[in-house]
Amino acid sequence: MIERSPGRDPETSEADLSAAARTPTDEAALAARLERLGGTLEARRAAEEAENAKARPAGFAQATKIASEFVAGVIVGGGLGWVIDRALGTTPWALIVFVLLGFAAGVLNVLRAEGVVAGAGTRLREAGKNSGSASGRSDEGPGPTA
Amino acid sequence: MAADKVDPIHQFQITKILPIQVGHWDVSFTNSSLFMAVVVILATGFLVMASSSRAMVPSRWQVVAEMAYSFVADTLRDAAGKAGMQFFPLVFSLFMFVLVANLIGLVPYFFTVTSHIIVTFSLAILVIGIVIGFGIWKHGFHFFNLFVPKGVPAALIPLVTLIEIISFLSRPISLSVRLFANMLAGHITLKVFAGFVVTLSAAGAVGTVGSILPLAMAVALTALEFLVAFLQAYVFTVLTCMYLNDAIHPGH
Repeated sequence: MIERSPGRDPETSEADLSAAARTPTDEAALAARLERLGGTLEARRAAEEAENAKARPAGFAQATKIASEFVAGVIVGGGLGWVIDRALGTTPWALIVFVLLGFAAGVLNVLRAEGVVAGAGTRLREAGKNSGSASGRSDEGPGPTA
Repeated sequence: MAADKVDPIHQFQITKILPIQVGHWDVSFTNSSLFMAVVVILATGFLVMASSSRAMVPSRWQVVAEMAYSFVADTLRDAAGKAGMQFFPLVFSLFMFVLVANLIGLVPYFFTVTSHIIVTFSLAILVIGIVIGFGIWKHGFHFFNLFVPKGVPAALIPLVTLIEIISFLSRPISLSVRLFANMLAGHITLKVFAGFVVTLSAAGAVGTVGSILPLAMAVALTALEFLVAFLQAYVFTVLTCMYLNDAIHPGH
């Protein structure tokens, strides 16, 4: 909001110019007014956000949501690892690997539930944006191997 | 019931009403089965009764039934689009079952069906089973593209796909745990605070005055529990719709 206010500044001052002669004091007064307006808008936005945060579903519901998302990932990862170990007799390696993967999946679940990371379906629509961040990660990937 | 007040878990105990044994399996009719039957009868009876008149100017009951209908229909259409409406009977049945089960559980001495994880887990497995079955039937092998996100470098695809599969498989667990944990915790809290009232008021005049606080708390918690009952039924429905959306449009 503060970024945008200097962009608007010349526009409004030009409008002022057509009405009356422009003086440095006018300019300063206008800048001050814009500054004040920006501050008020910022304060109002913050207040609205606080109001929204308060209106969110009961805190306990939020807590169980995030906790269940995370724990479910770890449990499924551990369960898969255990089953694979039983089937292939590779105790304890699959369990170790899959619990770690389960932690990753749990974190992914939580981020998705909070809307920080787009879901599997929606992500494809903004593939361009995502491939940018993914290629940033891939720079780290080959690093140690190369 | 005097012994119950120190044991807030007692209310979740399963008791056999009609013991039935089929081969090795115990398929007794329990108090949980009884209340599931009550929930189904109540929900069906209410909807049939409310919609029987089909009045142009609806009665109060009809308004409630229509609100429930359009609420679920809007939720489903928002999450899964027009193609999702073929699942409306399933989603609406799930919503009504969970909602009525949650609300009935708030009546004192009634059993809360949704406070048992096996019940909520069965519902969640039903949903995920339909998602997988419908997805494969409709899209064939394409359905598994859901697990392979686009725009990921080839070297990372095996790792990311594994994580996505675990994340997908964890959905029924998080779906069921959320509903079950909310109902269980709510009922235990309510029971504990109500238990305080009884124990304190048995401890003489000072205790009786002091018991006003937990009593007020129990009243407030009851109101909160009504909110949670609606909220969790809604959350279950919304997540069901979102998962169905994955089955209908697996990222294409």
